[in-house]
Amino acid sequence: MATAASDIDHSHDDHDDGHGYAHTPPFWIRWLFSTNHKDIGTLYILFAIFAGIIGGALSGLMRWELAEPGIQVFQDSGLFGHFKGFLAGHQGYNVAATAHGLIMIFFMVMPAMIGGFGNWFVPLMIGAPDMAFPRMNNISFWLLVASFVLLCTSMFVDGGPGPGFGGGWTLYPPLSTTGHTGPAMDFAILSIHLAGASSILGAINFITTIFNMRAPGMTLHRMPLFVWSILVTVFLLLLSLPVLAGGITMLLTDRNFGTHFFDPQNGGDPLMFQHLFWFFGHPEVYILILPGFGIISQVVSTFSKKPVFGYLAMAYAMVAIGFLGFIVWAHHMYAVGMNVNLQAYFVAATMIIAVPTGIKVFSWIATMWGGSIDFKTPMLFAVGFIFLFTIGGLTGVVLANAGIDYSLHDTYYVIAHFHYVLSMGAVFSIFAGFYYWFEKMWGVKYNEFLGSLHFWLMFIGVNTIFFPQHFLGLQGMPRRTIDYPRAFAYWNHISSIGFAITLVGMAVWFTLLIEAAVRHRKAEANPWGEGATTLEWTLSSPPPFHQFSELPHIHADVH
Amino acid sequence: MRRLESVAFGLFALFMGAAGSARADDLLGQPTPGAMDLQPGASALKHQAIFFHNWILMPIITAIAIFVLALLIICIVRFNKKANPVPARWSHNTYIEILWTALPVLILTFIAIFSFKLLFAYHDMPPPDLTVKATGYQWYWGYEYPDQKIPEFDSNVLTEDAAKAAGEPYLLAADNALVVPVNKTVRVLVTGADVIHDFGVPAFGLKIDAVPGRVNETWFKAEKTGIYYGQCDQLCGVNHAFMPIMIKVVSQPDFDAWVATKAPPPAPASSSPASGAPAASSAPAASSAPAASSAPAQPQKVAQAATAALR
Repeated sequence: MATAASDIDHSHDDHDDGHGYAHTPPFWIRWLFSTNHKDIGTLYILFAIFAGIIGGALSGLMRWELAEPGIQVFQDSGLFGHFKGFLAGHQGYNVAATAHGLIMIFFMVMPAMIGGFGNWFVPLMIGAPDMAFPRMNNISFWLLVASFVLLCTSMFVDGGPGPGFGGGWTLYPPLSTTGHTGPAMDFAILSIHLAGASSILGAINFITTIFNMRAPGMTLHRMPLFVWSILVTVFLLLLSLPVLAGGITMLLTDRNFGTHFFDPQNGGDPLMFQHLFWFFGHPEVYILILPGFGIISQVVSTFSKKPVFGYLAMAYAMVAIGFLGFIVWAHHMYAVGMNVNLQAYFVAATMIIAVPTGIKVFSWIATMWGGSIDFKTPMLFAVGFIFLFTIGGLTGVVLANAGIDYSLHDTYYVIAHFHYVLSMGAVFSIFAGFYYWFEKMWGVKYNEFLGSLHFWLMFIGVNTIFFPQHFLGLQGMPRRTIDYPRAFAYWNHISSIGFAITLVGMAVWFTLLIEAAVRHRKAEANPWGEGATTLEWTLSSPPPFHQFSELPHIHADVH
Repeated sequence: MRRLESVAFGLFALFMGAAGSARADDLLGQPTPGAMDLQPGASALKHQAIFFHNWILMPIITAIAIFVLALLIICIVRFNKKANPVPARWSHNTYIEILWTALPVLILTFIAIFSFKLLFAYHDMPPPDLTVKATGYQWYWGYEYPDQKIPEFDSNVLTEDAAKAAGEPYLLAADNALVVPVNKTVRVLVTGADVIHDFGVPAFGLKIDAVPGRVNETWFKAEKTGIYYGQCDQLCGVNHAFMPIMIKVVSQPDFDAWVATKAPPPAPASSSPASGAPAASSAPAASSAPAASSAPAQPQKVAQAATAALR
């Protein structure tokens, strides 16, 4: 990375600049009508935490239900036999599973990574005063809030078989058309439309910012890898979300306006939706993980006190992953009865993704190699990420093979696979970034002991949840079932115990947040020392309300 | 004790790169409590799939995972700030970058050879000896034997008490099994009547979506008589967990005897159309299927009506 030095020390920006510059607007104006990238980033992160609590609670209900055979939590008379109507019965379980997926993807991981860290640190890292379109940034955020309200509302209104939409986050028709006749599915469609619009606006904003607002000397090939990761991600968003929007609009008109796009009785094809969905859906899973790649690169380099190994290969590996992400979508559809030659193509294309992914994993290790590694909390999460993401990637190679996918498709093996790359990959990288930039964002220090305790509990917890699910999948346990044959009881029980451990880990995290807020230890501009070379560390913690009124000049670092 | 054993075995197998090698005590045709491997196979295809998974994929991915873990541990031990206070400054090494790009390509090519062989084997069906049609409904399966003139009958989940009474696993056992002869190629035509279901039977390595408006084809050739259980593998609504698949593999004479109980008696050449009637009482299915069956089911019904009229 070549962004090392800036010739001005910006940590005194707020004093240097003219009076009134550091003054922040009054509370309501500041947070409701915000046009400041850091404030909007903060809003996104708080929103992601809030949505994550709800999405996590839903997964808790599911793990509770699955801890033993039989129906315990989602009873016909309501949750635990109380709360009439809400998440009741088998439909309630399906609604919880659907909402868990949609919330974690659209309202937790994406807002945290792109809206949160992206907004906060892309302008800081490229030496820009703000995002290119600050007002558009504001509407991106508030559209997402409206979208979340619609999705939560959807859980309470009639879906057809009961309250809420229970057709899975993949929204496959006919279950999402004739299978759910109530308005809950329409709420979900509108919610996804708004979330999509929000993301497209955000994507335009990031592309414009990164292409036009880099500080003098900050060439594309000198950008920190986190900025590269956001750049690739937002291109994926811009190209894939319109396809989803088209697909769900067709669902909407099939449901309400008499069209028959996906209705076989009238010449439509339900599989057409699956193609449209996964043309979006596969890039989407890279959208969830690519910013994490960027964060991990920054963290590993900082704490190893070494420049990132193979910077250009790292950047273009992400570009390659982004491109390949668009041409592998039907590996989600090996069981639909596709032509065998087509399946063979998707097997081959999918396996190729392992190559750039391998480059990334080995380059992170090479960055650590020879370094002087300080195992602070962000680095713990980063090392945990590298190993667990590797496991998730390897089971991905297994699933890429259609021949073995016929035994594993739609089983818990798939659940285990994508939670290793998301629940451990994406979420670990979010926590790595959260701790890495904690002082920078909040202006206070966190407690290192609580941070590492949080890591170890999470690490043990999520592995206990998801590793046994490989065994369940190999034995053939189908996913998305509220009850299971007794033979699956043992590993399901272990898995649910893992959830309890993770829950304790999350409690430690909230304790850490409260402790940091109460003790209020003043943050340093750069707590990580010589390894932290990107521009955000040249600013105070927290940075001034407006930064870089005088643009920094970037010159090549000596490698 | 058995669990401890299975955990120990699993860990051992995992590290030996052979997790899932068929254990002697794994049940055939249904999941085994606490098991960590693929269900044992009962057809040549599934054996090939198990070989591919246990002896090609698992050793490779286990080795890579252990390799990455080992590198990380070396970094943790040798390059922590106490052991190595002064960091190196290098960040390039062209040879190693070429190596870790080319080597994975070779490994993937090696995997692909076996993968394509298996994939094309799945899609290379021998001439079938028997054709059955499986239709997914919310939430049960309908089975029909067009060549044996057995009209569609329903296969519903057994209640927990009924399954216990019958000594069969709850959520896997059904009231009417799909009966097929052993060592015969059985072609399964799969479709969905209302929403998408999925016909999945682990012991035969089968998984094919039951999509309304489309008839998918798959096949299996069971090696051993016995009962093989599967489940619906595609989320299909509130009772998705409650539409099991139960396949009873029997000897050819037993199958013929079963067909005789199910099918209408072979009609003499001069018989009147009415002689087809007894079938209705022994097989309650076709008429009790939901009226809202979709397009593909309808030609089938028409065909049935036509054959009935011919008789």
